[in-house]
Amino acid sequence: MMRMRSLLAAAVTAAFVVTPAAAEPVKALATFSILGDLVRQVGGDRVTVETLVGPDGDAHVFSPAPADAKKAAAAAVIFENGLGLEGWIDRLAKSSGAKWTVVIASKGVTAQKMEDEEDGHAKGHDHGHGHEVTDPHAWQSVPNAKLYVANIRDALIAADPEGKQAYEANATAYLATLDALDAEIRAGLAKIPAERRKIITSHDAFGYYAKAYGVEIISPQGVSTEAEASAKDVARIIRQIKAEKIPAVFVENITDKRLVERIAKETGAAVGGTLYSDALSGPNGPAGTYVDMMRSNLRELTAALSS
Amino acid sequence: MTLYDAFVGPFAEFAFMRRALVGSLALSLGAAPIGVFLMLRRMSLTGDAMAHAILPGAAVGFLVAGLSLPAMTLGGLVAGVSVALLTGLVARTTVLKEDAALASFYLLSLALGVTLVSLKGSNVDLLHVLFGSVLALDDQAMLLLAGVASVTLVALALIYRPLVLECVDPGFLRSVSRAGGPVHFIFLGLVVLNLVAGFQALGTLLAVGVMMLPAAAARFWSNALTPMFAVAILVASLASVAGLLVSYHFDLPTGPAIILSAGVLYLISVAIGWSGGVLWRLAPPRHHRAA
Repeated sequence: MMRMRSLLAAAVTAAFVVTPAAAEPVKALATFSILGDLVRQVGGDRVTVETLVGPDGDAHVFSPAPADAKKAAAAAVIFENGLGLEGWIDRLAKSSGAKWTVVIASKGVTAQKMEDEEDGHAKGHDHGHGHEVTDPHAWQSVPNAKLYVANIRDALIAADPEGKQAYEANATAYLATLDALDAEIRAGLAKIPAERRKIITSHDAFGYYAKAYGVEIISPQGVSTEAEASAKDVARIIRQIKAEKIPAVFVENITDKRLVERIAKETGAAVGGTLYSDALSGPNGPAGTYVDMMRSNLRELTAALSS
Repeated sequence: MTLYDAFVGPFAEFAFMRRALVGSLALSLGAAPIGVFLMLRRMSLTGDAMAHAILPGAAVGFLVAGLSLPAMTLGGLVAGVSVALLTGLVARTTVLKEDAALASFYLLSLALGVTLVSLKGSNVDLLHVLFGSVLALDDQAMLLLAGVASVTLVALALIYRPLVLECVDPGFLRSVSRAGGPVHFIFLGLVVLNLVAGFQALGTLLAVGVMMLPAAAARFWSNALTPMFAVAILVASLASVAGLLVSYHFDLPTGPAIILSAGVLYLISVAIGWSGGVLWRLAPPRHHRAA
């Protein structure tokens, strides 16, 4: 008995002593896949990133499970998009009961408003159907993504001051990549004549993209995937496509594509490829990282609009 | 705006409006009579329960074939039929009645479905993808609706007599025929078929709403079955047309607009339907009372 107890005591002491002197990776939690990728790029080896809403998932209607509350409790830093994307974050905070350091990645971004469904065809009537909400999809514009990266870098430095140099180096390198990406997108879109730079897509996730890169986005569904289209919306879009000869309609990876395909069939527009709006694809897909996602979207847009 | 512009124009100009009209009329033909039977058998909440019960079937379809609508619809059908059959079995052979049996099985089914979906780890809201929209009817969905309506009408015609007897006097039916059990299950199968096809093509609200509201409204216009069917189909069709036009002219979401129109017709029926409408009951009786 005495032998057992002393053995046990020795083992316990050893466990404490054997704790590595090197720092354990910082545990970070990102609310959705795109943000998770950005955190990974800045954090590098020093950070392990978990995401709540995975690839091809819909962050607008996510319902957290107890496992997610556990992940949140275990994380040292939690990154959320803000701007109203994660309607469920407060409930998760209360239920997980852990001490939170929540970082709003979109701090400093000039928020855009989602306009009334009747934008561009202002008929002067105003009813509850299309009220103004803040558009949360700020990451669709690369300059905004750079702001995200800066916020992420600062938050990681605050949580893990020892890694300051690593984070700054990673962030600087990634910001350079983003600059190149931004230039690539502008160059690619410039090749398309301005009057053809219009697309139809199933949900209003590309407002910031439209503003930054000069593409006009029209959609039958509202800001969030929870909204339902009315016959008038669909009729208006069909008339517009026919009148302006818009070349292509696009389907997103998180919404039902049947409505968009119906519109395409009725107007003779081509159905373009998949556009990634709120989530990355799986790691083997064309949009496994943020940069890949923007490049994939650019490819699909230019392919459909320049033909 | 001329009368033509108001009522015919939208359908003339847009193919999607025509398809929505044909699709909802097809649904009305098949689902409304089924709804009348459900209402008479006091199973009116089956539709909502079934919307949840089909989740594990859709989940299995999703796990096997990814986001493939035929696979998920087939899975949903199998799950729905299983729940319906189990419900019928328990209701017929144990002390539990149909409402409690259905409640227990659909909850089991829903929980199973949610578990299965979380296994794959993706957040895709399966039902969100599976449930369609009346404005987005492709050829496959239209054929499905037309097929289901045809099968329903033919099947109802074939099992009409035993089904009615089974609803109103099951004891007597049992004493003269062994058709009670099979007919009951065929009927449940028809219910699930209409619901699943309706969900896939048109979404839950529309599928269940077009089934139940017209039936409830029809109750107030007749005590006899055949007129009830006729009124139910008429109400469902009127609601479909009205809902589509309202959605078009007033920019309201289409599914809810159709159901709200059906609701208005229902409320009118409750008020002035001549077979039990509230107004007639409040009016003084025509006949003399003794002394």
